[in-house]
Amino acid sequence: MSRADVLVDADWVEAHLDDASVVLVEVDEDTSAYDRGHIKGAVRLDWKTELQDQVRRDFVDKGQFEQLLSAKGIGNDDTVVLYGGNNNWFAAYAYWYFKLYGHADVKLMDGGRKKWELDGRELVEDVPQRETTSYTAQEQDRSIRAFRDEVVDAIGSKNLVDVRSPDEFSGKLLAPAHLPQEQSQRAGHIPTAINIPWSKLANDDGTFKSDDEIRKIYADAGLDTSKPTIAYCRIGERSSHSWFALRELLGEQDVKNYDGSWTEYGSLVGVPVEKDV
Amino acid sequence: MCGAPDQDELPPLEVGAGEAVVHGHVRRGDAGLPGAYVRLLDSTGEFTAEVQTSATGYFRFYAAEGDWTLRTLAPGQSVDTAVTAVRGSAVEARVEVPA
Repeated sequence: MSRADVLVDADWVEAHLDDASVVLVEVDEDTSAYDRGHIKGAVRLDWKTELQDQVRRDFVDKGQFEQLLSAKGIGNDDTVVLYGGNNNWFAAYAYWYFKLYGHADVKLMDGGRKKWELDGRELVEDVPQRETTSYTAQEQDRSIRAFRDEVVDAIGSKNLVDVRSPDEFSGKLLAPAHLPQEQSQRAGHIPTAINIPWSKLANDDGTFKSDDEIRKIYADAGLDTSKPTIAYCRIGERSSHSWFALRELLGEQDVKNYDGSWTEYGSLVGVPVEKDV
Repeated sequence: MCGAPDQDELPPLEVGAGEAVVHGHVRRGDAGLPGAYVRLLDSTGEFTAEVQTSATGYFRFYAAEGDWTLRTLAPGQSVDTAVTAVRGSAVEARVEVPA
């Protein structure tokens, strides 16, 4: 697996706008961006209503994922290219999610919606009509998903990478600074976690830095690549971005995303928490 | 939710006792600039948050007390603006992007 297999640039996407084997998918938490304009031919995935179970805190199950992709007109043999706002956080989350359910060929568009807009490229309002398919998903690949007990057991033994901003890591803030700060969780981080914010891996325009630059950032921060790694953030989407960099770009094998992340860990009774402020 | 909220649909501004709000407008000439990307960088230059300006060019961050830089991106342009956030207050920043 090389960078070119998992990450395509905006030029590649423009060159494949009419390629029937490529399905563009915009993924956002707030889907109003899609309504204001999206890349021609792109279908929409709503992170909140379509990828999350609407009652329990968990993902949609295999059958629901099959129904969702079938209804979106995505086939098992299609090349799925994901992009979105927020520097591709939710697109990276969807990438991880597609991998979790075993989709064969999935890629991220480097820089996502921001890069596309800053380039001044065309956005359209036409919503494409795609024929439904009969999508078949695999059972969840648990080798890339961490749950809370494994995270607690990983303290002091595996790499725990907290990809939130330094102020969230230290406990000064409870959420990214674009959100109100009144939250129920305790502030701080998991003991022994190292703080390598997702943003260090990206340029201002949202594109990923080079593999060598990313490798150096992790090495300088003290990541021991001989050990398994679990990445977390607040709800698991920024850590999907870092999971993508570690596993898909750098090729590290044992890397999991902890989608429960701080909104779960920071609410657990009795677990250790470190706070620096 | 964790992503940046739509700046056109923000709740009325209320500053919690522990919050330090930085907000304002991005303008180009006399008009607000919608769709610009405003990045909030901490005193070491580390990225903290990013939002896209509303239809009127408005943006809002819930920062921590201290010195910050607003880096505003528009096609072909990047403008840095210094701002100091104060606990319990909303500090207004004015960002001018060259025409």
